[in-house]
Amino acid sequence: MTDSWRQPRRLLLLALGALTVFFLMAPTLVVVPMSFTASNALTFPPEGFSTRWYEKMLTDRQWSTGFVNSAQVAFLTAILATALGTLAALGTIRGRFPGRSAVNALILSPLIVPVIIIAIGMFSVFVRWKIAGSFVGLVLAHTALAVPFVVVNVATSLRTMDRNLELAAQSLGAGPVRTFRRITLPLILPGVLAGGLFAFITSWDEVVVSIFLTSARFRTLPVEMWEQVRQVVDPTVAAVSTTLLAVTTTLLVLVFVVRRQPAAR
Amino acid sequence: MHLFRRATSRSGRRRRGDPIVNRWALLAAPPIAFLVAFFLVPLIVVSLRSVTDVPRPTDDLLANYGRFFASAANLRVLGNTFWVAALSTVVCLALGYPYAYLMNIVRPRVAGLLLIAVLLPFWSSLLVRTYAWQVILRDTGIINTFLLDGRVIEEPIPLIRTTLGVMLGMSQILLPFMVLPIYAVMRRIDPEYSRAAANLGAPPFAAFRRVFLPLSLPGVLAGSLLVFVLALGFYITPALLGSPKDTMISQFIASAVQQRLDWGIGSTMAVILMGLTLAVLFIASRLIRLRDVFGSLEES
Repeated sequence: MTDSWRQPRRLLLLALGALTVFFLMAPTLVVVPMSFTASNALTFPPEGFSTRWYEKMLTDRQWSTGFVNSAQVAFLTAILATALGTLAALGTIRGRFPGRSAVNALILSPLIVPVIIIAIGMFSVFVRWKIAGSFVGLVLAHTALAVPFVVVNVATSLRTMDRNLELAAQSLGAGPVRTFRRITLPLILPGVLAGGLFAFITSWDEVVVSIFLTSARFRTLPVEMWEQVRQVVDPTVAAVSTTLLAVTTTLLVLVFVVRRQPAAR
Repeated sequence: MHLFRRATSRSGRRRRGDPIVNRWALLAAPPIAFLVAFFLVPLIVVSLRSVTDVPRPTDDLLANYGRFFASAANLRVLGNTFWVAALSTVVCLALGYPYAYLMNIVRPRVAGLLLIAVLLPFWSSLLVRTYAWQVILRDTGIINTFLLDGRVIEEPIPLIRTTLGVMLGMSQILLPFMVLPIYAVMRRIDPEYSRAAANLGAPPFAAFRRVFLPLSLPGVLAGSLLVFVLALGFYITPALLGSPKDTMISQFIASAVQQRLDWGIGSTMAVILMGLTLAVLFIASRLIRLRDVFGSLEES
């Protein structure tokens, strides 16, 4: 195999692959160093090193409240979506009922319906329900978008778990609730936790629906960024971007750790 | 009446005579109710508004659709949306197929790294990535500054507010949706087939073209479909990287609703976009199993 890498065709493939990795990484490679620039302009390579743009982000009221709002919305979304998504996965995989494939389609459709349609639809309805522009409204909206990710993750765990363990528990006298709590839940917990983390990320990065469902008094970090990115050119936006990326990346690493965990002992 | 019909058992665990609805099904009720209320109802309301929010009370139900198709500007946006989505699909395929192929032939550890290089951007903020492209492409951006300093060019070349800019941004964001399904299919192809072709005297490229490529086509179809459908609904990226000429239908919907407060035309365009998305998915479902498309995302 090693010799074959010297063939021109293989080399070409390798070069193309390296180029693609660069293309995929380019945005991150640019934004992160730029956020630490000491100058007032976004120059590359950045001049000097400073954390002043992070200080500005944390002291500026709009950015800091946006940060807190985003974290709170994402946290509640993760909890609500994990609960609903786990129920949905159990119900559609273990459950038998007519119209199950339609329900599956409903659950997965937030992934494929163009987000602008979801946004104007929710806005239209939430205005009438008087929850547009509110914290509660945004959590409900983000939950609908995040449920599919939880379902997909929990479903994978459910399909791969050994159901004989449940049968064993039941034959030893455990009731359905006890069996679920002591056997099933611990076995699917990696999937549930991974789903919850993905739900958090979904909410944390969401822009389009949030643009429609937030107000000048209540904004999340991505919406604040969307408002400023078209006018302001100072490197604070790069600092905000790096913050958004750092949180997402940390959670993704957590997902990998969670999935590697051996299930219940 | 379905409730009393006897189940035809496939799993083998259910005994004959069990009702077709079991107790597990009850657990699905709360999430179904939630999604109907906060996801399905909004979509239905949009569809209804496209026929009820007409300019004059005397207009008939299809007045908005008449208005939409009567305007050349609207049709141009629709055409442009298709054009940009098709271009993005081609660019993603050109980059994604060799990438997936590379992932398939390198050692597992390298393949893992290549997979991380795809998954990290896949899960990072679309807005952040679009902003980064703005910083790279604009007149005072990285590429232009570099070229100006090197005296390669006298004036900044237009990169931002061009179709090229939109293409770069969208392809970078959509590439994982191409790579993952193709890789999932390639991984299932038995390497013995290619080896057999080689043993029978096929030169490497012929073996690839006659054996491996046809076997990987389901992944290519699945990835292209996914990229195309997702590209149809792009909003943030063309808004920040494109010129007014590059306007896509999502931007049109947003400005109709937010700036012109014209819910009739906004929701009409939303229904048209929805219809196009479903039509593409329907046509695709005749060619491939849609489960494979989403399944490949589950595996990753």
